Amino acid sequence: MSTGEPLLDVRNLVQEFEVRAQGGVRSGVVQAVSDVSFTLAKGETLGLVGETGSGKSTLARAILQAPRPKAGEVLFEGTDLVKLRGRELLRARRQMQMVFQDPFGSLDPKWSVARIVEEPLTAFHTAARPERRRRVTEVLDRVGLDPERYAGRRPRSLSGGQAQRVAIARALALDPALIIYDEAVSSLDVLIRAQVLNLLERLRAELSLTYLFIAHDLALVKQVSDRVAVMYLGKLVEIGPAESLYREPLHPYTVALLASIPNPDPTAPRAPVTNTITGEPPSPIDPPSGCRFRTRCPRAQDVCAAEEPRLRRLADGHFAACHFPVSEEAPAPAAREPARLAGGRHDAAAPD
Amino acid sequence: MSQSLLEVSDLRVDFRHDGQIVRAVDRLTYSVARGQTVAVIGESGSGKTVSSRAIMGLLPQTAKVTGSIRFDDVEMVGLPEKAMRGHRGCGVAMVFQDPTRSLNPTMRIGAQIREAIQTHEKASRGAAHDRALELLELVRLPAAKERLEQYPHQLSGGMRQRVMIAIALAASPKLLIADEATTALDVTTQAQIMELLRDLQQRLGMALIMISHDLGLAASFADEVVVMYAGRAVERAPTRMLFSHVRMPYTRALLDAIPRLENASHAPLAAVPGQPPNMALREPGCPFTPRCPNSTDQCRSHAPAFEEHEPGHLWACWHPCEDGVRP
Repeated sequence: MSTGEPLLDVRNLVQEFEVRAQGGVRSGVVQAVSDVSFTLAKGETLGLVGETGSGKSTLARAILQAPRPKAGEVLFEGTDLVKLRGRELLRARRQMQMVFQDPFGSLDPKWSVARIVEEPLTAFHTAARPERRRRVTEVLDRVGLDPERYAGRRPRSLSGGQAQRVAIARALALDPALIIYDEAVSSLDVLIRAQVLNLLERLRAELSLTYLFIAHDLALVKQVSDRVAVMYLGKLVEIGPAESLYREPLHPYTVALLASIPNPDPTAPRAPVTNTITGEPPSPIDPPSGCRFRTRCPRAQDVCAAEEPRLRRLADGHFAACHFPVSEEAPAPAAREPARLAGGRHDAAAPD
Repeated sequence: MSQSLLEVSDLRVDFRHDGQIVRAVDRLTYSVARGQTVAVIGESGSGKTVSSRAIMGLLPQTAKVTGSIRFDDVEMVGLPEKAMRGHRGCGVAMVFQDPTRSLNPTMRIGAQIREAIQTHEKASRGAAHDRALELLELVRLPAAKERLEQYPHQLSGGMRQRVMIAIALAASPKLLIADEATTALDVTTQAQIMELLRDLQQRLGMALIMISHDLGLAASFADEVVVMYAGRAVERAPTRMLFSHVRMPYTRALLDAIPRLENASHAPLAAVPGQPPNMALREPGCPFTPRCPNSTDQCRSHAPAFEEHEPGHLWACWHPCEDGVRP
């Protein structure tokens, strides 16, 4: 569980990419991540959900400075990674590892499992060869792969679940503090996925790791997370403790995401999802003014187009960026004025 | 149940691979009534896609198909390609997982739909155009008129899948097979497409086979569920009966491995150990034996028959789950 001390402190992070038309003429800017702030405590798991194009993978890469963000700060153990150069950045990056969605795409097909897992140790000149070999055996053991059987294999002779275990072993090799999982279990079959999820939980407890767990599946994210953040079109729209975010979602987009999950219980009542969301996400090149979700939101009013809602605290540790948050006290908005909470707590303090 | 539209019985599909015979589908039997939705659920390699391609006659020459597939009282196994072509589209149509690869990137949307229409009926260009527009409106593609002139890359994944559905509906099929049709889409788009499919099915009186890995989708949208493992059907029942009285330990394992919103954070999932079997090594017993909590020596040596043990509820297991209810 978390100890309260932030390991990672992301402040006002912005990432943009230029789009060039024929002849290299600048034709637009993709606003992939817009002013995102959050913290991650030591030993905590933050789940990050959002759909394709919401900017969740771009955010993860911007944290790792690959590529560097356009603006903002990324404090890792108090040091701003954005300001680090060369060797210093490399040293800091050793503490942060990433596991990707497609294990076969992220493992060199010509290398043996042992060489793949040893690679980060070699790259960082951590120790002499025998010591590195010992470490490889140790981490393979940890992820549930018998070193005797698997060390000499090539990725193509592994199943998807085994290959993902190799990728996790590689991430563990350098004994990192933070691991970012980018849809790391999304392409696995249901039964294998459950095995790998349980493995991730075991590793986190055993090695006191901190996780940033990116996925589009909300139920899956809840399974592993202490807190959950929801992104929409480059913006953080809601963040809060997992239990309260799922029990009382505040942002209409989170409500729509929750309503979209197929329930494996045929007797459960099911309202059409089109009651909570319509259409498709707009382009991040020219996002809607004001609230970016307003074009698909059933609660949208005039103010949503005129004024951008800022992330504000609405419950204990629970923040949402919405003029008309969903809550029992305030059902559907009737007025055209934004509902203000008592106490005027609509400041945009970084959620902690 | 009314008269069956599709009857698959004792279907087997063999492939040769590295000098071995891989039986991708083994003794599969199920039926689909007119207007009914059947979900065929299974993991990678369970044979769900191969069996649906067999129904469409879309398997490569190297596949050996035996058994029987009767569609509208016509036997499809061994049907000459020419007769098969007549069936595809107006009899059975299919929507695939990846709409990007199913659409021609160099053709306008309108031309691709018109092609599907004119393959099946003699229609003038103008009539086909009107029908294409009608189809796009039927699948609720926003700004349908403008979309006819656009290319696939100008559409989002969800819109492309709507176009694929429009093409599949061009010749008013009696049965639509949706093969993981929403898997590649985002959750909110997936829900919208599933609602569209259900709506169309009810409006047009089509039967629907949903091929999926997701028991959650089956629970929400299917009338009947067939669960496949290692090429075989292992459990089959009307949806509500299946979910309230799971008998097959594999189905139970699948259900337990789904993360649920009701679960507390960090609660471990009930995961069964092991991997799906190698399909080239045909063991005599039940293929789920090595991973099954209920397995005994009997399971290793003798495969249980897939039989109706309770009215409407079939399973293939020597030691079915007793109460079947969720713990």
